[in-house]
Amino acid sequence: MKKVLIHITLKEGVLDPQGKAVQHSLETLGYDTVKEVRVGKYMELVVEDDASIEQQVETMCEKLLANPVIENYSYTVEEVVPL
Amino acid sequence: MKFAVIVFPGSNCDRDMYHAVTNALEEEAELVWYQGANLANYDAILLPGGFSYGDYLRSGAIASTSDIVTQVKEQAALGKPILGVCNGFQILLESGLLPGAMLQNKKLKFMCHQEGLRVVNNTTMFTSNYVQDAIVSIPIAHQEGNYYCDEATLASLQANNQIVFTYQTNPNGSVADIAGIVNEAGNVLGMMPHPERASEAILGSADGLKLFQSILENWRKVYVAGA
Repeated sequence: MKKVLIHITLKEGVLDPQGKAVQHSLETLGYDTVKEVRVGKYMELVVEDDASIEQQVETMCEKLLANPVIENYSYTVEEVVPL
Repeated sequence: MKFAVIVFPGSNCDRDMYHAVTNALEEEAELVWYQGANLANYDAILLPGGFSYGDYLRSGAIASTSDIVTQVKEQAALGKPILGVCNGFQILLESGLLPGAMLQNKKLKFMCHQEGLRVVNNTTMFTSNYVQDAIVSIPIAHQEGNYYCDEATLASLQANNQIVFTYQTNPNGSVADIAGIVNEAGNVLGMMPHPERASEAILGSADGLKLFQSILENWRKVYVAGA
């Protein structure tokens, strides 16, 4: 088994009002050194071993997990460590 | 004319849509559960508003993978009128039937009020009963209605006259004040405002009724002899 860690973020140039609100909130707490916040999504998938796992994950991201019109994705594949 | 109103788990404007067709337009409609339906049996397909699948992942994303959306694509390819309102519009975007995507409203708020819309294209099968550039009053009710597309897509929407409704005063940050667009073929309309909630004067506005009347009249021209 493999664990796939997927990060989905809004594309550069796409407004992120939520990120802006979080940035303002940080500012209120005194963190005025923070110049930008972008909010994204993180997902973990446990997937059966397969030679084409990376290709599969990319198709999943294109088809469903991310919306390529507004979002970028990146991922890493790890071994699932048995307990 | 027989309309299908698709019902997903979490749809909540399905009955409003049904009411607009059966009581205001006085045509036939059926509430069609998203599983086990055959859309070939209907003349037009309506995707109502709501929160299909609880808006999980992205609004409309989960619904867009369902078998019924594959059927909607097939019927769209045949030229049948397909109307997606609010969450229905989001499903049309997520399924690729219309270009672009929805972002959260600029002010991050759920907004529910009457909006002034401009009919910027009255040559579609959905808007032929409106006067070109007419201002109509139709309510919005959404938190993710901030229409986004890149510049190339916007240019092609404009070049093909695919922008149908724009906001008089942009409430949500949409690119080019877009409130509703059609596909290139002109038979798939997606819009955030709710024409079904403006189909009778008692609701505050009957401006949305003309949209349903346009669909009906254009259908009759093709399918009813002598109409």
